[in-house]
Amino acid sequence: MFPVLQIGPLSIQTPNLVILLGLWLGLTLAERLAPRFGVDGDTLYNLSFIAIIAGIIGARLSFAAQSLQNFLDKPLSLLSPTPNMLDPVGGMLIALTASLIYGSRKKLALWPTLDALTPLLATLGIALGLAHLASGDAFGMPAELLWGISLWGARRHPSQIYEIVASGLTLWLIWPRANSARGMAGETFGRFTALSAGACLFLHGFRGDSTILANGFRLEQIIAWGVLAVSLWWLGKFYKKIEG
Amino acid sequence: MRTILSKYWIYFTIAILVLGAGWIWVSAQNTNSTKTLETAPQEGFLAPNFTLDTKNGTQLSLSDFRGQPVLVNFWASWCPPCKAEMPGMEIVYQEFQDQGFVVLAINVTHQDSLSDAARFVEEQGFTFPILLDAQAIASQAYQIRSLPTSFFIDQEGIIQQIVFGGPIPKADLHAKIEDLLK
Repeated sequence: MFPVLQIGPLSIQTPNLVILLGLWLGLTLAERLAPRFGVDGDTLYNLSFIAIIAGIIGARLSFAAQSLQNFLDKPLSLLSPTPNMLDPVGGMLIALTASLIYGSRKKLALWPTLDALTPLLATLGIALGLAHLASGDAFGMPAELLWGISLWGARRHPSQIYEIVASGLTLWLIWPRANSARGMAGETFGRFTALSAGACLFLHGFRGDSTILANGFRLEQIIAWGVLAVSLWWLGKFYKKIEG
Repeated sequence: MRTILSKYWIYFTIAILVLGAGWIWVSAQNTNSTKTLETAPQEGFLAPNFTLDTKNGTQLSLSDFRGQPVLVNFWASWCPPCKAEMPGMEIVYQEFQDQGFVVLAINVTHQDSLSDAARFVEEQGFTFPILLDAQAIASQAYQIRSLPTSFFIDQEGIIQQIVFGGPIPKADLHAKIEDLLK
């Protein structure tokens, strides 16, 4: 665990730094691999960049909207460089809206674009795991294991390492091979979604911070099971077409 | 490979979903819901207790304030962002103290000059308790790696949010305390 990088008087939050590095690496990767999905690399880079900027602004505005009076009293707080005042859900909705507007203006085909974004998303998954490892978030259940890690007063499943491995495997499995025939549009995105949902379903069984529902069921696993079912059905449609 | 997959996809899908449902059931039997009963300087855990001398010579413990929302703030007189955010803390302390809200400002005295810290507090006229961590007891219990670091602790003694660095914008501070008081 290494939540803060102290460089002289400067305190850098390691998890945020890791996410930024992941974003940069993922964007570079997605841009380079985009032609293998039949998408222009520059257009994909612009789309991602617009989504990120819109997401950050949207996350701040959404956060402010939840305590509107406080921000009306102190409007300059909106410009504060702290990463603590961001609402991820609001940010994602605004990022999605901005991407859809940009995509429709540039007449981007939806499914090849989503396919081309998968290397970025998988790289971000690895970065998120590393960020969790640095902050100690997304920690595992207490367990006496040879490979367990001591965290928050107990020996636990190294759930953050499981997360990094799962995201690394996902990236490897969706990686578009240079000489292989291009799959059907949307297939890679379907595979990415199925693999990510499967990993979430499996790994939350070892997590110590899941949202617990009645009878001990975990909310994240139930949602992941639903997403997995939809993505498997979606992939099945592709394979039926191939068979036909 | 693809042909085989497409031929047996429905069986593969059913097998995966049945296995997934089984894993959800197994995980539910193995749920450890005692997270909030453990003590650790992490969101969702019980805040570690400490007993420290105050600037006025008395002693205070975090446990004295169980049942009240508490902001535990670690600071030093040589740390500009710490000094920048403390006047805002005084404002919210004045505003919310009648609702039980408490600020415990812990000076990392083991890394600071007590006279400099005392001069700063007197200049600013802070009314919330200033605790002196001369032996690094609280700093170690909270694994302090940077200054300022603030812990927002609810009435049950559970850490709801941690803010590394600062200054915390006034609007954000307000919003966080309103959340604690809900």
